[in-house]
Amino acid sequence: MGGKAASMAVARGSAAIFQGLRHVCNKNSPKFPSLACTGFPSGHQRCQYASTQGLDLEEERPQFPGSTKAEFTLNMDFHLPEGAPGIPVYRVMDGEGRILKSSEDPQLSKDTVLEMYRKMVMLSTMDGILYNAQRQGRISFYMTNYGEEGTHIGSAAALDPRDMAFGQYREAGVFLWRGYTLDDFMNQCFSNDLDYNKGRAFPVNFGSKEHNFATYSSPLATQMPHAAGAAYALKRAGTGLCVVCYFGDGAASEGDAHAAFNFAATLDCPVIFFCRNNGYAISTPTTEQYRGDGIASRGSGYGMATIRVDGNDTFAVYNVTKAAREMCVTENRPVLIEAMTYRIGDHSTSDDSSAYRTRDEVNHYRGNSPITRLQRYLINQGWWDTEQEADYREKAKQQVMEAFRVGEVRKKPPLSDLLTDVYDTMEPHLAKQTQHMLDHIQQNKEQYPTTDIFTEEK
Amino acid sequence: MAVCGALVRSGRLSRPISGRNSAFIGSRFAVVKRLASALSYVPETAPSDFGETTKMNLFQSINSAMDVALANDPTAVIFGEDVAFGGVFRCTIGLADKYGKDRVFNTPLCEQGIAGFGIGMAVMGATAIAEIQFADYIFPAFDQIVNEAAKYRYRSGNLFDCGRLTMRAPCGAVGHGALYHSQSPEAFFAHVPGIKVVIPRGPIQAKGLLLACIKDDNPCIFLEPKILYRAAVEHVPVGDFSLPLSSAEVVVEGKDVTMVAWGTQVQVLREVCNMAQEKLGVSCELIDLRTIMPWDSETVIKSVNKTGRLLVAHEAPLTGGFAAEVASTVQSECFLHLEAPVERVCGYDTPFPHIFEPFYMPDKWRCFEAVKKLINY
Repeated sequence: MGGKAASMAVARGSAAIFQGLRHVCNKNSPKFPSLACTGFPSGHQRCQYASTQGLDLEEERPQFPGSTKAEFTLNMDFHLPEGAPGIPVYRVMDGEGRILKSSEDPQLSKDTVLEMYRKMVMLSTMDGILYNAQRQGRISFYMTNYGEEGTHIGSAAALDPRDMAFGQYREAGVFLWRGYTLDDFMNQCFSNDLDYNKGRAFPVNFGSKEHNFATYSSPLATQMPHAAGAAYALKRAGTGLCVVCYFGDGAASEGDAHAAFNFAATLDCPVIFFCRNNGYAISTPTTEQYRGDGIASRGSGYGMATIRVDGNDTFAVYNVTKAAREMCVTENRPVLIEAMTYRIGDHSTSDDSSAYRTRDEVNHYRGNSPITRLQRYLINQGWWDTEQEADYREKAKQQVMEAFRVGEVRKKPPLSDLLTDVYDTMEPHLAKQTQHMLDHIQQNKEQYPTTDIFTEEK
Repeated sequence: MAVCGALVRSGRLSRPISGRNSAFIGSRFAVVKRLASALSYVPETAPSDFGETTKMNLFQSINSAMDVALANDPTAVIFGEDVAFGGVFRCTIGLADKYGKDRVFNTPLCEQGIAGFGIGMAVMGATAIAEIQFADYIFPAFDQIVNEAAKYRYRSGNLFDCGRLTMRAPCGAVGHGALYHSQSPEAFFAHVPGIKVVIPRGPIQAKGLLLACIKDDNPCIFLEPKILYRAAVEHVPVGDFSLPLSSAEVVVEGKDVTMVAWGTQVQVLREVCNMAQEKLGVSCELIDLRTIMPWDSETVIKSVNKTGRLLVAHEAPLTGGFAAEVASTVQSECFLHLEAPVERVCGYDTPFPHIFEPFYMPDKWRCFEAVKKLINY
């Protein structure tokens, strides 16, 4: 191509730049007639002349800073999400506990799987006893985990115990797996003198520094941006660890969820966002919570690696968590896991779910519970039987009841703990208020009979 | 007149001339230049034991504080909207180049995310310095601040805390900021046990108090009076130093009237002190609260017990403003010493207006009237 043609091409190219595209070739180049170029990009056509000149093939693409991957189209096609298939649900076992594809078998040892199963049964046993305790007025409140034990144990078993965890309120199995004791659970539920929270929060607000699980709070999804920030700090510190953040299908509607996803993705945070999609947010079914394809469909919108998994398939949950963790720590990127499951129990002891769903529906899912499925696997393997089941359930019940009895009779923290830990040190105004409170109670002791169950002031 | 004509033709009928509280109202026929009160910043001198100083304005002193913090603490990071290139008020200029993009970085445009992310970093023990672009935009972060940051230590029985978090935001009137670039939200945060709220009156104070907040092991909200970013210039110590939190400072000693304020308003009351002395022969004691929460009531009580008269002034609206807390405490602790009811000179109970700003502000004339009321009661 001569100098004049070249300069004309450049001129047209320059003009083309102002139209948001870059195209430097002449139409029907005389030098290469068999490699005709349309002059302007059309659909997915490439400029063949350009390719022979070694020019950048991206020249036909739109050049907007906001979208670097898109191409032009001349077809006005609205993207209608209802037409797209749902993100598939990864599973390893069928409903009978049979591994469907041997390459997906996590090949966990007998001891490990038995431990996973026993922990799930222990959790379920504890749930039953504490639920009844609330009904008897012995604790003020409780939330069961029925149906979601697989999401807890499967994910917790795949993580490093030092991976910092943040959660919502229905992850007691993760605590249990990491070594939070029955006494720890009871002390928190009874707000007694051994409660890590010093009696400040109502039941199920578990938290443990030793077990790397940040203490729960009631507002939903607030922990999600915390998890992104925590992951960033862990990354900067070069720990090689990741963060796991549990949240529910309802919490995912909160602004904090959006904030967390966006921050984690843009700031390359090694965090696993683990959504427990159990079908309900109290009485609100997912059909009223979102219109899109669950929470998983949002992941790619933020540029996050995403997978959907059968949350009742403990091995599948294990596999995806393990793989997600690897991605996080080696690539410093967030991963979204949406674990599909079902909330077999009520939302909490303040809820009666028969008001908004049928017994039939619940029973249907009860038959598909993670405990049932893992039990079937164990029995198939010859690692478990009905006698061991009965024995273990009895043993678990005894252990829970013992911890319950001990926790129930312990004294509560000292009254002065009402005013400590507001700041790192005691502030003068709080010292004054403490004295005022204690003096008032001392002078009106008969009006406050319950002070007897509180630890004496030093 | 010619100047006015040019302004009219250009369509710029009103703009502040010098600092705030001055309006240039042009018309076809006359120039009306109203100077309700122009801001004049009186520079202070740093204590000599803080070492070598250099001339800095407020944004430079804040920049210097963060420079020191990042130099001394390898975990310290700064983040927020637009901080990487230097920030819309230049508070972070040069810091990304100096400390790297992993330590001084932009976040997406999301205040609840900025706050939550900062809390999470702090929970892991990293020093997180978060910038909110304007205090007016801090409200999406209110849930994170009130329900999470403030309660983190208490609710976990001191197992966890986010004390390494400091959030900074420009606040206050600037002459033309109107509803969403002028607010002073300190009262909202004063009502939240578990956080500290700090407001400096000038560059030396800003650097020392910001470093104190960053070092303090409680989540802190540091509000920076934006009108002082350029207007306030002092010789500020270049090294590492901090000033005490929860410690009010007697800026001018006096015996007849106690005046309490924070931020820019301290400068306004300085002038009122002079006016009171010249025109009324009244000696005023001016106290800068510095930390709004937890606040140093002792210093104020001691002063009012001496003078018997109290004026509290702030730009934020009157009702529920922090002056109410100060007044309530003083009437409780100094009742028999009071010679007159406590005077509060504040913004009116309206959203922050645009063209009416000079009339909304608790300017020196309104404060002076309050002093006269106190004296003549």
